[in-house]
Amino acid sequence: MPSVLGLFQSADTAAAAADRLQASGFGPPAYEVLTGAPYPEGAFGEDSGDHRLFIFPLGGAMIGFAVGLMVTAGTQLSYPLVTAGKPILGIPPMFIIMYEGTMLGALIFTIMGVIFESRLPNLTNDLYDSRITEGYVGLVVRCDDDAQADTAQTTLTEAGAEEVKQQGRS
Amino acid sequence: MHERPRLTPIQINRDLLRSVLETPLVFYVLLLLLMGLVGLGVIAATLMVSYGLGVTGLNHPVFWGFFIINFVFWVGISHAGTMISAILRLSAAEWRRPVVRAAEVMTVFSLLTAALFVVLHTGRPWRTLYWAFPYDFVRGIWPDVRSPLVWDPSAIFTYLTGSILFVYAALIPDLALARDQTTGWRRAVYGVLCLGWRGNARQWKLLNATGLLLSALILPVFVSVHSIVSWDFGMSLVPGWHVHIFAPYFVVGAVLSGVAAVIALMAVMRSLFRLHDYIRPEHFDMIGRLLIVVALAWAYFYFIDVIFALLSNEEAEYQVMKLRLSPPYLYLFLLMITCNVFLPVPIWMFRKFRRNIGIMVWTAIVVNIGMWLERFLIIIPTLQRRHPDAFAWGDYSASLVEITLVIFSFANVALLLLLFSKIFPVIPIWEEKEGHIWKREFRIGKLRLPAIVRE
Repeated sequence: MPSVLGLFQSADTAAAAADRLQASGFGPPAYEVLTGAPYPEGAFGEDSGDHRLFIFPLGGAMIGFAVGLMVTAGTQLSYPLVTAGKPILGIPPMFIIMYEGTMLGALIFTIMGVIFESRLPNLTNDLYDSRITEGYVGLVVRCDDDAQADTAQTTLTEAGAEEVKQQGRS
Repeated sequence: MHERPRLTPIQINRDLLRSVLETPLVFYVLLLLLMGLVGLGVIAATLMVSYGLGVTGLNHPVFWGFFIINFVFWVGISHAGTMISAILRLSAAEWRRPVVRAAEVMTVFSLLTAALFVVLHTGRPWRTLYWAFPYDFVRGIWPDVRSPLVWDPSAIFTYLTGSILFVYAALIPDLALARDQTTGWRRAVYGVLCLGWRGNARQWKLLNATGLLLSALILPVFVSVHSIVSWDFGMSLVPGWHVHIFAPYFVVGAVLSGVAAVIALMAVMRSLFRLHDYIRPEHFDMIGRLLIVVALAWAYFYFIDVIFALLSNEEAEYQVMKLRLSPPYLYLFLLMITCNVFLPVPIWMFRKFRRNIGIMVWTAIVVNIGMWLERFLIIIPTLQRRHPDAFAWGDYSASLVEITLVIFSFANVALLLLLFSKIFPVIPIWEEKEGHIWKREFRIGKLRLPAIVRE
């Protein structure tokens, strides 16, 4: 499928171009906004979609807690050795290991979550331009056919794009 | 943010990638110097491993010496990263931007160095793994997880892992930038490390959410780590250590030394990489204000510790505190309290001094000397107290091997930071640009006032 990338020098021009794209029938799911720094959500009328990032640390915490419990209670019950008359399963010292396990699981799964939800690693060869990290705003329009790509190119050029690139034409 | 100059994204890229793309002569000089000091440390450690702990000054009854002091000191320094990064991120403090990465990275390298000293302290480093991790299915022997000495590795491992993940998550967009600004093998390496980051709206949204999530998750770990380190002492029955206040007292002390170390690091970065437009006097001003509160909180806890020992009518506790407050330790005590409170706090009270980078660096160094002495005074006099169960009483004086290894620890952290700065941007570039996006100016009467707009 063809895609078109328009590069804009300012965020205002890019936002105006996004409006024009919508008027031409390219709704938010059809275009992607690329920037070198985070802009306030919705600054370009884009749709960043829902995510389930907050579930990941919860899952990680539960797994970490289970591992912590296994390391503390499991090892002590498997090889019981009374030390200084203390109980085999002492809650306060076990709690510390389980607590650290819980937090470790939550931390690791948070990173796994952000990588998964951000669709990384991205191994595709999508349209991109290194000037995006120099302050340009990129609008990538995914089109169904070459005719749509031409429409998108015209819209982006008329909206003041500094440069327009195309990829994947049949 | 009154001094924030207006910079374009290209200028920001050029300035903040300078440390990665250019290698000044001073870099090589520092590299050689630090590698030399680290090499000396390696020789000292090799000597100790070959000949045993006899080459140190450890002797009955003082079996915890410079290595444990250094361990506690570096764990303390590591608290700066979380303090500055997580708390300031959660509270949306705008001045955090140029400081966070250096503080987070210092956390990682300080923790690694701290962990190294526990291993060295054992005298038989290869056995540490056996002690710290469950290992023996054959003989049925497992480490006793009820021991505070097992809590330590678990807490440090969690904090270290969390800190590395924290650094990496915030690095991804800057790695993509480095990919875009480099060529050849560097471009390929940065391309792999940034995982194909494109900078679309969804990725930015998730990155910001992750920053907040990780901050919220790592804060309880941050408190637990130094609490658990304090329980290495507090859970023992040794008079002077078996003190309830140790956990919060250690955490506050860690924040004091860590944040002070960040000041020194910021000044070095500013000078070495010519980051005057990014690390500005206003940042030192803000950290100075924070340090006033932390130093006074530390003084309060220390005062409570001293008063309870002197007035609680516990003979052993009283004797330990009396020893700490008698010559020769009295001189160290006075030096410590001067370094931590009496000298720096009055200086930090004045805006003029807080914005003087030279003065701030010197006070930061002085605070860290004081905090190192604090750990010395907690450990050495306490163990040296004469009691009926000791068969012999020896004085503790650190050997050349121990002193070399202390110097090594500072050189090691500095070397790792220097190498990091050669590979990765030391200031988060995308965060700096984000700050510029949010910046607006307001006109009130004849004044044009800069402000940061937040959602």
